[in-house]
Amino acid sequence: MTWVTRAALMLGLGFLYAPILVLIAYSFNASALVTVWGGFSTRWYGALLADAPLMAAAWVSLQVALLASTIATILGTLAALALERHGRFRGRSLFTGLIFGPMVMPEVMIGLSLLLMFIGIGVDRGIVTLVIAHATFCTGFVAVVVAARLRGLDRGLEEAAADLGAGPMRVFLTITLPLLAPAVLAGALLAFTLSLDDLVIASFVSGPGSTTLPMRLYGQVRLGVNPEINAASTLLVVLVSVFVLLASWLTARRSRV
Amino acid sequence: MPDAPALRLDNLTKRFGTHVAVDAVTLALKPGEFFCLLGPSGCGKSTLLRMIAGFEAPSSGHVRLGEQDLTALPPHRRPVNMMFQSYALFPHMSVAGNVGYGLKGLGRAAASARVTDLLRLVQLEGFGDRRPDTLSGGQRQRVALARALAREPKLLLLDEPLGALDRGLREETQAELRAVQRRLGTAFVVVTHDPEEAMMLADRIGVMQGGRLAQVGTPADLYRRPASRFVAGLLGDVNLIAGRLGSAEAGDTRAVQTAHGIVRGSATGLPEGTAVVVAVRPDDIVLGTEGLPVTIADTVFLGDRLRRTLRLPDGTVLRSSGRPGDAQDPVGSDIRLGFAPADAVILPA
Repeated sequence: MTWVTRAALMLGLGFLYAPILVLIAYSFNASALVTVWGGFSTRWYGALLADAPLMAAAWVSLQVALLASTIATILGTLAALALERHGRFRGRSLFTGLIFGPMVMPEVMIGLSLLLMFIGIGVDRGIVTLVIAHATFCTGFVAVVVAARLRGLDRGLEEAAADLGAGPMRVFLTITLPLLAPAVLAGALLAFTLSLDDLVIASFVSGPGSTTLPMRLYGQVRLGVNPEINAASTLLVVLVSVFVLLASWLTARRSRV
Repeated sequence: MPDAPALRLDNLTKRFGTHVAVDAVTLALKPGEFFCLLGPSGCGKSTLLRMIAGFEAPSSGHVRLGEQDLTALPPHRRPVNMMFQSYALFPHMSVAGNVGYGLKGLGRAAASARVTDLLRLVQLEGFGDRRPDTLSGGQRQRVALARALAREPKLLLLDEPLGALDRGLREETQAELRAVQRRLGTAFVVVTHDPEEAMMLADRIGVMQGGRLAQVGTPADLYRRPASRFVAGLLGDVNLIAGRLGSAEAGDTRAVQTAHGIVRGSATGLPEGTAVVVAVRPDDIVLGTEGLPVTIADTVFLGDRLRRTLRLPDGTVLRSSGRPGDAQDPVGSDIRLGFAPADAVILPA
């Protein structure tokens, strides 16, 4: 690497991550004023734990993310299997488009259409509607990750297992699923992260008592930024980073098999 | 094993859209036979093998093993096993796990004893705990063979079993494969594109061309009595002399009028006047004072053989293979080329 490319890389990374570093640094600010540095302190992390509405919002977010990513993982994996392992059935292209559609659709649209549907069928908005909404838009992401792995998986392995007397269920449980597991897990982590991050769709479909963490943070910021928000955001960034890194590590590891 | 049920294919056909991959193949194997399907890529040999294993459903026709009709059975219910071209070893299982995968019905102790026996058979004792990705190509090939034999199949299918091995290892493995087949008495059907490999391995060879079985016979049959130019050219070097078929003589012997004189060979069923080629192997050519006029273009000493390149007046290049002790006519001399009618096959041009 020449110094030019090195400098360009630094500039690029700085552009991407400097704001986050500033946020993290200020979360350790002793001063109550966001823009004035008053020395190092962890007091805002303490305040965070004592902030009951914020902790409640975090709990809602975790529940929703866990349930939604579980549902999205199961549906997404099944969708990927249908697309990659059942030949060229009628309407396959249409089905592919329908699965991946929610990934590129504007979130506002997804949120609004889900809201209209929930009102239409008379479902009370709350954790259930949040889970359904998040599972809907995460399924496509899981399907993409799992389908990519399935395409790289030698069909001969499944055929060899069938040849050795294994019925379709045993082939799936002992060959397909174990070889697919890292991609399924990566998809699950991705879904979990996406659900944890979402603000727009959640704003449409959540109800009273089911405010998510991003909603709560956004609501507080509108009333004025305080260092406690910085601390909460830092924790969210760290959590999301861990999951994303884990997911990409799993995806990279599987390509060596 | 004279009582073992043998494979019978009955008008087996596979169409992909308008393309006919396998065209009305009818074939009966003998019990315990080592059979080889030989042909260039795209000739339908792999599709045929996959229909026997159950991975492709035939468009029409039947696959039978003895009296049992396998045609409608899914792969996991067929008493037939297959060794895959790239071996398809399960990467997340040990060698023992791979070999023992098909032994689910057996008890744990019986299965483990059988795995040990199989690993001994393929000379991989003590490799049970290794992962496939830590093995060499030859070792993987033997694990794949042991795994395919684990369920004591009535018929073993092998798709290019030696395709992934390098030259030296290949010849060694050919001998091992034959030895294993003889010891077990299981019928083997091998698919290969390598004529030499087919001749080395098989009791009988089925040559495939364009989805059809062009000819079935022992390696010697196919070499000495090819039914077409394609088969003649596939199995070793052959000289083709063009001409027009004359009237019938004694037995199968027919005269062929060539541009340089009359030669005799054997033919059946071709009408007089047909454009034909006379196919003669280099080692059947006799150089002397009778026959077609040729010029010696080159002589190569190959130790056990003396190989000559000969040229007919019209430019056709022919090759002969003789004993080094034979008369050493110098390059450039004119000589006569002949052969016994029984050694020459007359084929449609």
